[in-house]
Amino acid sequence: MPQYMISVWHDDTYELDFSTPEAQRSVALVGAFNEELQEAGAWVFAAGLHPASSATVVRSSGGDVSMIDGPYAETKEQMGGFWMIEAVDLDAALAWAGKAAAACESPVELRPAQG
Amino acid sequence: MTDALDEVFRREAGRCTAALIRVFGDIDLAEDAVAEAFAIATEKWPESGMPPNPGGWITTTARNRAIDRLRRESTSGERILAAHRLHIDTMEPNHDPEADTLNKLDDLVDVVADDQLRLMFLCAHPAIAADAQVALILRLLGGLKTGEIAMAFVIPEATLAQRIVRAKRKLHDNHAPYHIPRAAELPDRLQSVLASIYLIYTEGHTAAFGRTLTRTDLSSEAIRLGRTLAALMPDEPEALGLLALMLLSDSRRLSRVAVDGSLVRLADQDRTQWDRKLISEGQDLVRTCLRRNQPGSFQIQAAIAAVHADAPTAESTDWSQVVVLYNQLFEIRPNAVVALNRAVAVAELHGPIEGLAALAEIDPSSLDNYQPYHAALADILTRAGRHDEARASYDRVIELTTNTVEGDFLIRRRAAT
Repeated sequence: MPQYMISVWHDDTYELDFSTPEAQRSVALVGAFNEELQEAGAWVFAAGLHPASSATVVRSSGGDVSMIDGPYAETKEQMGGFWMIEAVDLDAALAWAGKAAAACESPVELRPAQG
Repeated sequence: MTDALDEVFRREAGRCTAALIRVFGDIDLAEDAVAEAFAIATEKWPESGMPPNPGGWITTTARNRAIDRLRRESTSGERILAAHRLHIDTMEPNHDPEADTLNKLDDLVDVVADDQLRLMFLCAHPAIAADAQVALILRLLGGLKTGEIAMAFVIPEATLAQRIVRAKRKLHDNHAPYHIPRAAELPDRLQSVLASIYLIYTEGHTAAFGRTLTRTDLSSEAIRLGRTLAALMPDEPEALGLLALMLLSDSRRLSRVAVDGSLVRLADQDRTQWDRKLISEGQDLVRTCLRRNQPGSFQIQAAIAAVHADAPTAESTDWSQVVVLYNQLFEIRPNAVVALNRAVAVAELHGPIEGLAALAEIDPSSLDNYQPYHAALADILTRAGRHDEARASYDRVIELTTNTVEGDFLIRRRAAT
């Protein structure tokens, strides 16, 4: 079955503070969406990511590996997490993407995996 | 024979392509095979005469060509069916692509009406940009060549070709389904199909650029697609509404342009030139929609066009009815363009002062680059006797007008103000 990535995009200024009621509500919404994916057999895997400031860009050139502090793209919006899902076709995947956008209250990008 | 072949091509190319996409799941393969079949017909038919069922002949020939090509390119039936590029096995609950053989494809190859509908929903998939939706529809369903579509939209052929290739690749890479959307998705998806067809119509109705005001081919093609859609979805009032709107607008085609090619406003048109046959067909459709009582934006716009068609002279237009309909439309589509059209109708019903008051309710920044807004403003200001402001508005309209015929008209209007 085709696999798709649903990635979550937002301003990369979020705090990883899960103690606020707002964050708790958000966690509950995403948790419910995860359960729905799993029950439907659409779940492959998923991860929420630390802020982009925690990223390191690594390059390999002629056997030399170099690294630079920071995310690859210096944009205001960064990927905050993603799901890999299985769906029968684009329309089914788009339906999941709509639910993902509602659950994380943020735009998501749907992209098909190769293969 | 060439004319007869062209006629068959216009009528059948989209249907055949739609059927072959279902059978093979591959847009490019289907397109190429249908083109080859027509090339063979061009050679054979002048000698052998046209077969009794030309569409069937083309579909079968195209099917055989496609199978030949798949045989050349792969050795096993499974591999051939693994070449299914669009996701078509969701189409029928029990369809098992692994169990199919090439011979079984024979049973599938008949053109069924739903094929065209599937293809419409595929081409107008909301994941594809609107300009690419339109290009795909004209190419795959209308059988237009890339060069013809590029010429109609006045864009370089290479740009259009790339747009089509990219859209087809996106549909393929995303496993876009070749099916009629499920009930829950249908309203949104149908809206996308309707909007695309209407975009083709309006592009043909008032060419955005260039010296000729109407591009008849695009309008006719949009009406043909609208007829197909209405026939395939007779229970969707918005599909009927779209067809009615296009027919009623098109009934005025001849009177929209003067002998010298310049634009004639609705109020100044020679109404005896209006096509009564198109009007009566459009009005019948509007009445059918009214009986359904599920109003939608295309139906309401068609009803407005029907009110205009009813009036033997501009002065006898039932503007109160037009204002009521625009109020309804604004409830469904509360946007600035609808508010603008409503204000124009209010100016006709109650006079320019009330019209200007209605215009003042619209946030001007939302319409600053919208040519019809400045055209309406210039006209109503003139009628209110505010000539200096009117001339300033005309300057802005002329600046925003890209159609040279329409531009000339506006320059004359400004001079008369």
